[in-house]
Amino acid sequence: MTAGSDCPVVIVVDYGAGNLVSIGQALTTAGAVVRFATTGAEITAADLLIVPGVGAAAPAMDRLRAGGFVEPIQAWVAEDRPFLGICLGLQLLFEGSDEDGAETLGILSGRTVRLEDAPTLPHIGWNQVVRRRPHPAFEGIDPDADFYFVHSYVVRPAREGVVEAVLAETEHGSRFVSAVARGRLLGVQFHPERSGTDGLRLVANVVALAADASRARSAA
Amino acid sequence: MLRRRVIPCLDVSNGRVVKGTRFIDLTDEGDPPELAERYAREGADELVFLDISAAPEGRGTLLDIVERTARRAFVPLTVGGGVRSVDEMREVLRAGADKVSLNTRAVAEPRLVTACAARFGSQAVVVAIDARRVAAPNEGIPSGFEVVVKGGREATGMDAIAWAQRAVALGAGELLVTSIDRDGTKSGYDTALLHEITSRVGVPVIASGGAAGPDDFVAAIRDGGADAVLAASIFHRREYSIEEVKAVMAAAGLPVRRLAAVSAAPGAEATA
Repeated sequence: MTAGSDCPVVIVVDYGAGNLVSIGQALTTAGAVVRFATTGAEITAADLLIVPGVGAAAPAMDRLRAGGFVEPIQAWVAEDRPFLGICLGLQLLFEGSDEDGAETLGILSGRTVRLEDAPTLPHIGWNQVVRRRPHPAFEGIDPDADFYFVHSYVVRPAREGVVEAVLAETEHGSRFVSAVARGRLLGVQFHPERSGTDGLRLVANVVALAADASRARSAA
Repeated sequence: MLRRRVIPCLDVSNGRVVKGTRFIDLTDEGDPPELAERYAREGADELVFLDISAAPEGRGTLLDIVERTARRAFVPLTVGGGVRSVDEMREVLRAGADKVSLNTRAVAEPRLVTACAARFGSQAVVVAIDARRVAAPNEGIPSGFEVVVKGGREATGMDAIAWAQRAVALGAGELLVTSIDRDGTKSGYDTALLHEITSRVGVPVIASGGAAGPDDFVAAIRDGGADAVLAASIFHRREYSIEEVKAVMAAAGLPVRRLAAVSAAPGAEATA
């Protein structure tokens, strides 16, 4: 944990519109201290960094650049510090988006593409998240648990180097990647902060993992 | 597989949940955040707040209700009523709403739908359409369903089906379709109206107006093609629980989200 604090500290990137109340409250419920960063300079010592967000990639990237967030986020992930990307925060990790041609963070190889063959779009509502391998973020969560989605675009990881990061998949007309994990990075297409008890459990697991990572680091 | 959603609707007036037949015979049903939390605990897939007072002086009250609800109920929240601009939508989202529903204002100023979708994404913009059957289809209203606004008090001369298609083209990511004829009457959803719309748009459609029991929810989905079903009084008055409704839906072969362990307290898990 961060020195001088009993509770894990979580920085949530606040880069414009959207509902930050839910994620803030979910983290508080999990016992974390939440700081909202409105500039990249505010991304400092913390146990966990979260990039939330909904909406289109290009305006989001504009706001991330304007706020000086891009390099601090890239550096954070490069150091394999605990990171959670939610919805647009997952999509931005990849190289670019077909939604508006935006060039995104380029941390993971692959693109954000429109969800194919969907009976309805946006994909709005609760759906299953089928895990392809175990991950501690899902510990204690029933394999049949549903999570809340609201999006039209999905990530398509590149075959080389990233496909093995796929953690879970979901089906809506076609099958898409609904969670990725690599090292201490986790990205989810669904909204854990809006997914009831199971979502809160996932948030709590992620906070606990981050706190463990900090303890291991300070002990080393 | 995507679940069909069950959505309790909370009509809010001056900070309280009320229910009547649209503005008439309103009865006090409780404190909005308290009711919202109860529904979330009981399996509501989403919640809708409609601010039917929508008076300028009520805005602060509404934002406070939205925020208090978002802190207690960890399910998606849609807020409608009184949003007139991109900035006002931003305020409501920042207070903790996930989606904003535009109704009368979208009819008066269709470009607002496009502006809000461009700023916040289509997935955050719901266009609510109140529709009423006309005595006979005519040139202006070929489908026989007319758009009404201001809580059903004012006819527009617009065809509801054409407006639904236009709203989606403008940027709406979801439609909330209310039959004003059925609203508050407990005579079932207008499945013909729903079918006319769901067969023509690709976005999810929420059925509203007329629910008397679980069979109506099944009909709205099976016959009307709705993705989600909304109801108010049958839940407020505890005529049916959300679980009872979902059990009937599941028995009819519809995919619904069931609660594995209703008793699991988030606070207890958080410390695990």
